[in-house]
Amino acid sequence: MSNRPHRRLARTVRAVASWLVALAMFFPILWMLLTSFKKELDAFSMPPHFLFTPTLENYRDILARANYLHYAWNSVVTAGGATILGMLVAVPAAYAFAYHPTRRTKDVLLWMLSTKMLPSVGVLVPIYLICRDLNMLDSKTALVVIFALINLPIMVWMIYTYFRDIPYDILEAARMDGANTVQTMFRVLIPVSRGGLASTALLCLILSWNEAFWSLNLTTASAAPLTALVASFSSPEGLFWAKLSAVSTLACAPILVLGWASQRQLVRGLTFGAVK
Amino acid sequence: MNATVRKRPERLLAQPAIVMLLVWMIVPLAMTLYFSTQYYNLLYPGKSAFVGLENFAYFFTYPSFWTSVLNTVVLVGSVLAVTVVGGVLISVLVDETFPGQGIVRMLLISPFFIMPTVAALVWKNLLMNPVSGFLAWLWKLFGATPVNWFADWPLLSVIVVVSWEWLPFAILIFVTALQSLDREQLEAARMDGARGMAIFRHLTLPHLARPIAVVVMVEAIFLLNVFAEIYVTTNGGPGDATTNVPFLVYTQALLEFDVGAASAGGLVAVVLANVMAIFLIRLIGKSLTER
Repeated sequence: MSNRPHRRLARTVRAVASWLVALAMFFPILWMLLTSFKKELDAFSMPPHFLFTPTLENYRDILARANYLHYAWNSVVTAGGATILGMLVAVPAAYAFAYHPTRRTKDVLLWMLSTKMLPSVGVLVPIYLICRDLNMLDSKTALVVIFALINLPIMVWMIYTYFRDIPYDILEAARMDGANTVQTMFRVLIPVSRGGLASTALLCLILSWNEAFWSLNLTTASAAPLTALVASFSSPEGLFWAKLSAVSTLACAPILVLGWASQRQLVRGLTFGAVK
Repeated sequence: MNATVRKRPERLLAQPAIVMLLVWMIVPLAMTLYFSTQYYNLLYPGKSAFVGLENFAYFFTYPSFWTSVLNTVVLVGSVLAVTVVGGVLISVLVDETFPGQGIVRMLLISPFFIMPTVAALVWKNLLMNPVSGFLAWLWKLFGATPVNWFADWPLLSVIVVVSWEWLPFAILIFVTALQSLDREQLEAARMDGARGMAIFRHLTLPHLARPIAVVVMVEAIFLLNVFAEIYVTTNGGPGDATTNVPFLVYTQALLEFDVGAASAGGLVAVVLANVMAIFLIRLIGKSLTER
């Protein structure tokens, strides 16, 4: 057993290396968080200040002047609305695919997946023109529908894989007791798979919240979500790093927490069930 | 009661999803196809006319077009390389238990949940600014001249930002996949005296083959659409140094109002994506029939 100390050393090196890599990956987020508590001048100081008197000035400014709550509300409505709409359409579809498949079900599922591969720019012009003609430019409704459609294939797939894991016998039993389809769905299927449904909704929420192609191209002010508010800090005259950091921290914190809580389940959705 | 009659209404439950996606895909795509054959500028709305393939000819002879295709390929290719290689190495590194493993994993996947506009602006300003960015300080600490990232290496800078966003995705998938690697098999290999490298090559890598393929394909879908990161940092520049196909189409459509040319460009993006799609469908389709 001469190699025992050697092995312990290797383990320590590995643990230290893991921590260093993790801290390096997380550093930009940490730095953003620190900068959000600095005074504007401190944010630019060279060498950077690691120790400073924290201030809530930026957060106060953002809430008062940048109209943060307006954008945050738009994000909540568009991401939340898209999630609700998506779930309402995806759950019945996944139910049909999982328990009443036809010969074409597999092809339909793959076709749904393929719509995800249609690059957004391929339809940018028509969607923009349709929204313009329907008077839906800068409208939350348009974003809700688009976010729901973008995420629909992932949601159907994800719920489908959860439903497939539930033994059909449970549903049959409910049937035997005289429950109809709707009752079976609400009394048996949804309660049994609520964990999977929750993580599907969460994934849709996260992806919609962070979506930035359509929200930048289809909104100007009244329906603009947080992604657009953050983007407005890209103009040279608007470069206030501490405020940018404060806005960014507020915009990302809720999603980061949700993401941490559901990391394991997200894998299934993000890989269309191929990795569990 | 007849079994087929009882089953049919339930199949209808899939219809809303199918119809919505069908409309979402067919209608705009047909319009794009139609517009691509038209001379149609939003600034001169009355003057649209059929021009055949002129928009495509315009696009294919437009120097920025080929630059944008090249930029797209370089961006997608490099980010894929960084995230897959980095993802495999990091997930293997953190696979064995050590103090704080859970926290390390949380920290590692965090960037994936940061919105693209935030990621890009934090990197561009707080980290990569040549005068007061954190990296400039780090460079000076080691006696090097700070790099003017977005001015001198624009495409590389965008690649760095996008890689930082997607490396966590690869790590998340690989870490999850590694958990299903048979521990007993690993122990047995170790007992037989297999060294780290041999285990990695003959056990770990083959086990990760499918997750790697999935990561490549899923990332490719999203990477072909990279837009916000470019929009808030370089605006496609300097010149067209960081203009990818989505950004070029955006400038044609919403800045120059040239609907015809933008539609032609959009179709090119669709073709580009379809080549990747064929592979992904095959791959996922296989996993569907396996069980």
